[in-house]
Amino acid sequence: MKQTLIALVEDKPGVLNRVASLFRRRNFNIESLAVGHSETPGISRMTIVTDEEEALRRNVVRQNLLKLINVIEVDDVTDQPVVVRETALIKVRADATKRAEIMNITDIYRARIVDVATESLIVEITGDADKIASMADMLRPFGIIEMARTGALAMTRGVVTPRDPASYAKYAAKVGQ
Amino acid sequence: MAEIKTGAEIVMECLIREGVEVVFGYPGGANLPIYDAFNFYPQLRHVLTRHEQGATHAADGYARVTGKVGVAMATSGPGATNMVTGIATAKMDSSPIVCITGQVATTAIGGDAFQETDVTGVTLPVTKHNYLVTDVRDLAYTIKEAFYIARTGRPGPVLIDIPKDVQNDSCEFVYPEDPIDLPGYHPADRATEEQVARALELINSAKKPVILAGHGVLQSGATQEVLKMAEKGGIPIACTLLGLGGIPASHPLNLGMMGMHGEAAANHAIQNADLLLAFGMRFDDRVTGKLATYSPNSKKIHIDIDASELNKNVRVDVAINADLRVVLEQFNGDVEAVDRAEWLGTIRDWQEDSSQRDILNTDDGIFRAAQAIFDLWKFSKDNNPVIVSDVGQHQMLEAQYFKHEKPHTLITSGGLGTMGFSLPAAIGARFGAPETQEVWVVVGDGSIQMTITELMTAVQENLNINICIINNGYLGMVRQWQQLFYDERYAETPILSPDYVKLAEAYGMQGLRVSRREDTLDALKKARAHRGPSLIEFVVEQHDMVYPMVPAGADLHEMIRRPTA
Ligand SMILES: Cc1ncc(C[n+]2csc(CCOP(=O)(O)OP(=O)(O)O)c2C)c(N)n1
Ligand SMILES: [Mg+2]
Repeated sequence: MKQTLIALVEDKPGVLNRVASLFRRRNFNIESLAVGHSETPGISRMTIVTDEEEALRRNVVRQNLLKLINVIEVDDVTDQPVVVRETALIKVRADATKRAEIMNITDIYRARIVDVATESLIVEITGDADKIASMADMLRPFGIIEMARTGALAMTRGVVTPRDPASYAKYAAKVGQ
Repeated sequence: MAEIKTGAEIVMECLIREGVEVVFGYPGGANLPIYDAFNFYPQLRHVLTRHEQGATHAADGYARVTGKVGVAMATSGPGATNMVTGIATAKMDSSPIVCITGQVATTAIGGDAFQETDVTGVTLPVTKHNYLVTDVRDLAYTIKEAFYIARTGRPGPVLIDIPKDVQNDSCEFVYPEDPIDLPGYHPADRATEEQVARALELINSAKKPVILAGHGVLQSGATQEVLKMAEKGGIPIACTLLGLGGIPASHPLNLGMMGMHGEAAANHAIQNADLLLAFGMRFDDRVTGKLATYSPNSKKIHIDIDASELNKNVRVDVAINADLRVVLEQFNGDVEAVDRAEWLGTIRDWQEDSSQRDILNTDDGIFRAAQAIFDLWKFSKDNNPVIVSDVGQHQMLEAQYFKHEKPHTLITSGGLGTMGFSLPAAIGARFGAPETQEVWVVVGDGSIQMTITELMTAVQENLNINICIINNGYLGMVRQWQQLFYDERYAETPILSPDYVKLAEAYGMQGLRVSRREDTLDALKKARAHRGPSLIEFVVEQHDMVYPMVPAGADLHEMIRRPTA
């Protein structure tokens, strides 16, 4: 199973570069990386998916991330109950004769059509990686013109937040939340 | 009302508050304001090295001798890039240094201005952390943070890049008195009760344990705690290169250095052990040999301040992320006195075999590098001198033949193996060591020529350092590999040297040459008696080898041994 990590990092210039550089330098492979603001100002949240399979190696990845000064917490949620979602935009070749068929598939996947043009339409789908891959397979015969994916976002189920909430809470307090 | 100060002045103020006594560096366009400020802060001594690499090694040497943070400075662009080797060297050996570089003005950054280099980008993978300060109001806090990060946890190099306009800008200077509290940085401290219990169980039941003492023993100041455990439990100790001096060489339980050129007995002990106690070391490939066959029958306890070292190279049974000294204090009361005479006896037999192969027993009239180093040890040992060695055969022979009794008396580039390290590092060490403690450099003819330019720094500062050049006419260590693994095809390893005696004189220092072992003592005496730097060239056997040797990638016990006479 792929390793899924949630990292809370200081929102400072160059932090993404430090994280990416670490993966390159240590020869760890990033499958996907999604970054954005967290609920706390000054803290960004990354969801990182790697191809590390083995528990000890996974811990080495986590420990190396934690070693970066700007990284506040890293939670390996691979084996935790977690919601993982990714969004993809898929532009499909579709003239008037194909539209109905594609809309049908879109319904089955509970995806949405967000743009229609004479020769194409754009489908927006949210789900886990398997669901997106499966939908892409279904659309491929029509001709996929382009596809963009956000990379996975992960959040643990229930009230738990990433590990060691104490120091995280302290920082949140410091930045005024 | 707080005083208004410029960025450059704030740099000086902060360095003074960090207890900095000496800065090694080199000026240029982008750090002129900082250099101008030196005029107004005479309590900060600046040493002009002849190359910025030298400044970083000097800061490193100072840090390793004192345990304090060493400071180096350079200008932007080429000045900063010249530092990279020194920074990488400090990183690999966990040496705390702070490098302060000038940068082009914030308004010019990103535009390929004259002497602009993305220094935080270039040094990102070789620093523990780095900063680009774009607002003078951030400067004081950043410098304090940089020193804190450099010296705490696993120490390492930190770089602060300061654009010229930030050096010139002013603001109210209020020194941040609060202790540093970083959200993402919490140096490890102690072991859990459970870890202690599991470790003690393994220790007390082991029949054939070995302690692996690394640099962490010195850095956490755990010498006494390690000895206490070893003596109580009758546990032998093998040292890494950077661990030498952490345990007195003369201690009966000290087996000496492990690894590629380690003592055969130490390597055999590791391979046959039923328990390894890895203390502040990181299972580098130079000490493990082939990982698949490394100490195959042992349980392993690993204690390191850096959590990312645990289970990185070698899988261990108990991994403890903590300060070594603290953990050993937690342990020590409960380590049981176990009779391990049989195990120690086995090791003694291996040691006996080694001593018969010792180079000191070859009496063929040939003057060998090991003899020069051995004689230096006999001559200087009562002074407990600092030895700064370079990289190559002479480095390994120093590690084998110079018996270090005290921590921080061997300064050498272990992890990166940086040729050219020794002379500039010795300059830094000289500033750090007490005046009565001698500083000797043991350096090869290849290595000295990499940073020989720093001779003039030693002369300008009139430093009492004695430089022993082991001249074997070769890049000896590479030649050794060519002899063993490339059928004696010596591609580009013969190396010529200048006339070192004349060179020394041209620099204005004492220069001596020794070509026969009988003359060694006399030269050493002259070097000691001379005020200011001295250089002794030892002209030694060219085709000598360092034994034992574990070929790269071989099993640790598959050592090539010195043939018996
Ligand atoms: C900067 C750098 N370049 C190359 C090497 C590779 N290297 C390791 S040992 C060595 C030879 C060192 O020669 P010398 O200083 O004469 O020492 P000797 O082995 O002869 O004692 C070389 C070239 C290195 N370690 N560092
Ligand atoms: Mg040589």
